[in-house]
Amino acid sequence: MGYQRDTGLVHAPHYSPEYRSSMLRAPSQPLVVLPHRLTEITGPLFGESDVRPEESDLTTQHDGEPLGERIVVHGSVRDGSGRPVPNTLLELWQANSAGRYQHQNDQHDAPLDPNFTGNGRCVTDAEGNYRFTTIRPGAYPWGNHHNAWRPAHLHFSVFGRALPQRLVTQMYFPGDPLLDYDPIYQAVREPKVRQRMISSFDLESTVPGWALAFNFDIVLAGPEASLLEEPHVD
Amino acid sequence: MSTELGLTPAQTVGPYYSIGMTRPGTEFVVPADHPGAITISGRVLDVNGDPVPDATLEIWQADADGRFDHPDDPRGAVPGFSGFGRCGTDEDGRYEFRTVKPGALPDQAPHIDVLVFARGLMHWLATRIYFAEETSANAGDPVLASVDPDRRHTLIATEDLRFDIRLRGDGETVFFAL
Ligand SMILES: [Fe+2]
Repeated sequence: MGYQRDTGLVHAPHYSPEYRSSMLRAPSQPLVVLPHRLTEITGPLFGESDVRPEESDLTTQHDGEPLGERIVVHGSVRDGSGRPVPNTLLELWQANSAGRYQHQNDQHDAPLDPNFTGNGRCVTDAEGNYRFTTIRPGAYPWGNHHNAWRPAHLHFSVFGRALPQRLVTQMYFPGDPLLDYDPIYQAVREPKVRQRMISSFDLESTVPGWALAFNFDIVLAGPEASLLEEPHVD
Repeated sequence: MSTELGLTPAQTVGPYYSIGMTRPGTEFVVPADHPGAITISGRVLDVNGDPVPDATLEIWQADADGRFDHPDDPRGAVPGFSGFGRCGTDEDGRYEFRTVKPGALPDQAPHIDVLVFARGLMHWLATRIYFAEETSANAGDPVLASVDPDRRHTLIATEDLRFDIRLRGDGETVFFAL
């Protein structure tokens, strides 16, 4: 037993020089393929008891309400064979609506919001579904190249049930013109593959008079066998 | 019949991951008074040998008897030991975990799996910590055997349990594709 491996089409190359920090930090040697043995077919498991229900709402962590456009972000976590991944921990962090992080190293000249930390967690339900309430983050400038701006995004961390499923990614918003210029998003070579990180506007799930909604489904590596049944990637 | 779904690509944790990924005490896999508690520490370094002050490491390992509290272990789950730790690096690139030395696994020397996350890394990097005193077990370990002999030492902690991670350049740590 083992998990699906990236054939090189899913994840960006570690060394992606358009993203300048990778030039200092990405390995120069090829990765050594590690067959999945006991330590890799297992991994840390978290459950409902590890998070408080209110951690999934980033708009109610302070005395007042954060500024910005309130949104629901929801979706499913499944594996590559389509099976739901229930009871798995998701961690979310993001900038505020002005594009500023509540972090000492963020010097962007945009206001902090005393009512927004930008940190949420939740655990998927029995069907592998999750739901956060937050505010839409702003775009922000960064020092990668002249006039570089990150498209608005949410950072997601997902554990899955074994190490090969561990994933940290970013969720983007549909129609963002900055995506075309972002070396982090563009580092995923295949357009069809990187588009999986763009959420879809979800009118059905909007809360009338209160919040817009976006759908973001996450797919983690599935059992190896499913790759053998259907060898195509997409 | 299974539906094949395209996997979600990874993206870097970026410079502000600590907002979402850092919580007090996660570097302590066991309490200080736990029998056999050990401290494993080291530094994360970049291509120039400079410290990486914004990396975070996650470790995953078996308990002192080589067992996991996990239902997918075909030998059965053994509860009581979480096996998981997470530690961010400080301004000197330093990290420190408190845990126990894992027991040997069938046909494998004692080891700890490590995932490294940092700004500049598109996806985590996986490596393993082995133990210097396990000379004969290490000699029979299939993973160590699969690695270039000249680079094997990058996977073995020193006797005093120091384990530096060189992301790129001279003495680059061996990283694995999972
Ligand atoms: Fe970000």
